[in-house]
Amino acid sequence: MSEPILRAEGLRKGFPGVQALDGVDLSLCPGEVHVLLGENGAGKSTLIKMLSGAYRPDEGRVLMDGRQVDIRTAGDAQRLGISTIYQEFNLVPELSVAENLSLGRPPRRFGLIDKGAMVRQARELLARVEVDVDPRTPVARLGIARMQMVEIAKALALNARVLIMDEPTAVLTTSEVDKLFVLVRQLRDEGVAVAFITHHLEEIAAIGDRVTVLRDGRSVAEVPADTAQDELVRLMVGRPIDQQFPRRPAELGEPLLKVTGLSRRGAFDDVSFEVRAGEVVGISGLVGAGRTEVARAVFGADRYDSGEVTVRGRRLPPHDVHAAMEAGLGLVPEDRKGQGLVLTADIGENLGLVTLRDATRAGFVDRKGQRTAATKVADQLAIRMTGLNQEVRTLSGGNQQKVVIGKWLVADAHVLILDEPTRGIDVGAKVEIYQLVNELTDSGRAVLMISSDLPEILGMSDRILVMARGRLVGELAAGEATQDDVMALAVTEVEGSRAR
Amino acid sequence: MPGNVLARRSPAAAWLAENGAVAALVVLVVALSLLSSDFLSLTNLLNVGVQAAVTAILAFGSTFVIVTGGIDLSVGSVAALSAITLAWTATDAGVAWPVAVVVSLAVGVMAGLVNASLIAYGKLPPFIATLAMLGIARGLALVISQGSPIAMPEAVSALGGNLGRYLPIPVIVMVVMGVIAAVILNRTYTGRAMYAIGGNEEAARLSGIKVDRQLLITYGLSGAFAAVAGIVLASRLASAQPQAAAGYELDAIAAVVIGGASLSGGKGKALGTFVGALILAVLRNGLNLLSVSAFWQQVVIGAVIALAVLVDTLRRRGTY
Ligand SMILES: Nc1ncnc2c1ncn2[C@@H]1O[C@H](COP(=O)(O)OP(=O)(O)OP(=O)(O)O)[C@@H](O)[C@H]1O
Ligand SMILES: [Mg+2]
Repeated sequence: MSEPILRAEGLRKGFPGVQALDGVDLSLCPGEVHVLLGENGAGKSTLIKMLSGAYRPDEGRVLMDGRQVDIRTAGDAQRLGISTIYQEFNLVPELSVAENLSLGRPPRRFGLIDKGAMVRQARELLARVEVDVDPRTPVARLGIARMQMVEIAKALALNARVLIMDEPTAVLTTSEVDKLFVLVRQLRDEGVAVAFITHHLEEIAAIGDRVTVLRDGRSVAEVPADTAQDELVRLMVGRPIDQQFPRRPAELGEPLLKVTGLSRRGAFDDVSFEVRAGEVVGISGLVGAGRTEVARAVFGADRYDSGEVTVRGRRLPPHDVHAAMEAGLGLVPEDRKGQGLVLTADIGENLGLVTLRDATRAGFVDRKGQRTAATKVADQLAIRMTGLNQEVRTLSGGNQQKVVIGKWLVADAHVLILDEPTRGIDVGAKVEIYQLVNELTDSGRAVLMISSDLPEILGMSDRILVMARGRLVGELAAGEATQDDVMALAVTEVEGSRAR
Repeated sequence: MPGNVLARRSPAAAWLAENGAVAALVVLVVALSLLSSDFLSLTNLLNVGVQAAVTAILAFGSTFVIVTGGIDLSVGSVAALSAITLAWTATDAGVAWPVAVVVSLAVGVMAGLVNASLIAYGKLPPFIATLAMLGIARGLALVISQGSPIAMPEAVSALGGNLGRYLPIPVIVMVVMGVIAAVILNRTYTGRAMYAIGGNEEAARLSGIKVDRQLLITYGLSGAFAAVAGIVLASRLASAQPQAAAGYELDAIAAVVIGGASLSGGKGKALGTFVGALILAVLRNGLNLLSVSAFWQQVVIGAVIALAVLVDTLRRRGTY
């Protein structure tokens, strides 16, 4: 093993009410992928933010090539050759992909920005990560997975010696994860030191060399990446987890959600399916297959050209979220920061957002009732917080995700659409959420779950729908389906129609 | 890290640091009472209250709008239009004064609803929509009054006087409107929806909040508060003037921002706005007592606004 490029020793960092990091050591070596593992709120993101210049440690030191360095700003980190992909996106939605990729150092000619060169450079970078987008598209129009790929391309542009990636795979589908891994291995072989954060245990052996486990802000172990998953879980959570996907099929009842012939030009075409009481229907597919678009249209968040959505026998007016909610529909959106959370508000306020109307009598909100309900759900989901009045933006990523889900638990929807529900959630908490799904279906609720996590789709759905290029291309019974079956369908070329 | 320092300080100190505007007001009051012996007299303080009243009432209305992430540049003009409407209907049109008051409030609300419609349905940026209304309302005030002041009905003019010996009615109206604003913001559906919309409009929409409708209510409220401010101002002068309250929208916005609200939405409190308006009034009053020229006063007030917001921003930066 070679000398580390970067070493962190005894890092500590406190925020009001929490000691986020309480003595962490970490060594990143050239030609190695170092996985950081830990529960939601264990301090992983806080740790890397101190290496990227976003936070300053209260105590401890960072060494580069054996010499102590002081990383005060993102610029310092860049100069030292540290490039970071944050858990939350740092893209300017209104600007184009090319502009985002060259943000801060656009190519110039005669002192003016050289747009041609900018687009050319962007094309090259996008080709490296193998994403098929026009560099002139505004970032706001990309789905979340493509945004992630743009973030990765942006980090590559710096040609760094140390590459830090905070949950890059959380929103990607298997095929993109594979592409990403090819890329990471290539960088590793070129001698880059990579730090990699993930909650997908199966990725650890596939990409990692060594693993540092964080628990409650301390580094508790450093083990090789081929350590058994059970052992990793035990190190991370402090107890073993016997069943990762505890799906308990419930008795099926009436169809609660019926979608017939739903189409929107350029997005999805003739989509029909139903979800029955007690059922979990999973939707799988590649990024850009139109899954999120369908979910949003069903919920009334976006319009559609033709088709019909019926919830509990009631036909919903198109493009009317309020009516959808009244009928008993709920949606946990894929992009928690952009669509799920009010970051300026506290946890209690966010948890109570959906029930605000119901908790209102004669215009006045029953704040006490709202807080009581929020406390219950926060306990149920074990949200790691200092209290309901903590601002949501200061929560760890996984705990923010729990708030988005919690919002709809408070609302008690009859049909819940979950778009990437366990994105960024640790193994222990995932099981909790799956148990909640079981409870929902036991009590006759219906769940429609979109997920790019194939084991999750296979493990938690009763029935799997596969989408490709805006169409439903197949249906599989969960018991018999394998990952390969799903992928084979997902890459189907759909004749005649083409979305995007 | 300021956060850590905060955690260790006494609760009172922490509260003051959280509410920077209150601390600024305290400093200002102490400084002025040392510099001028007249400052702390009861008459002078009540005078400050009266000075603050119109700005504060306008600013309470603006708080709603700013919390949703919008801005209302029309409040000064709408105040003038509402006052002119009241005076004109009560005198020239000869309508009973209570009816005239209702008509005047309705005009304020209407102006707000037009603003909101342009914003919600016409997709105009709030800045542009309300800038247009700034011109329209002022113009209408001039048209109705043909450019000259109209006497206020006496019953309404009483609003400009005192209750009992000392207590100025504008101060009472200010406090009542402040309490109403605080209750709306904290306790009502519309108030909570305002914070959600300002914090993340898409998340609010996906949580079932009818954003368009809530914006109508928000700007309608702003218009209503502007009308009340216009009536109070005209009562104090005993006549409605078409040019009254020109430029007051900027004072209102300044008061809201000094009070700790964020122009990007999602943050702001009625109490903060109240303190912001008091700071502006105390400053003007103090500078007058110290015989600072009106020209220099503008310079000082501009600097204070910048300083107040700067301190607030710096204080917050550490917590990100
Ligand atoms: N700016 C902040 N203010 C207050 N508390 C914070 C702040 N940032 C992080 N924390 C707290 O520090 C702890 C560690 O958070 P961190 O984001 O590092 O967790 P994480 O390991 O990345 O978790 P996840 O897997 O959910 O992303 C959490 O309890 C979080 O609430
Ligand atoms: Mg994190």
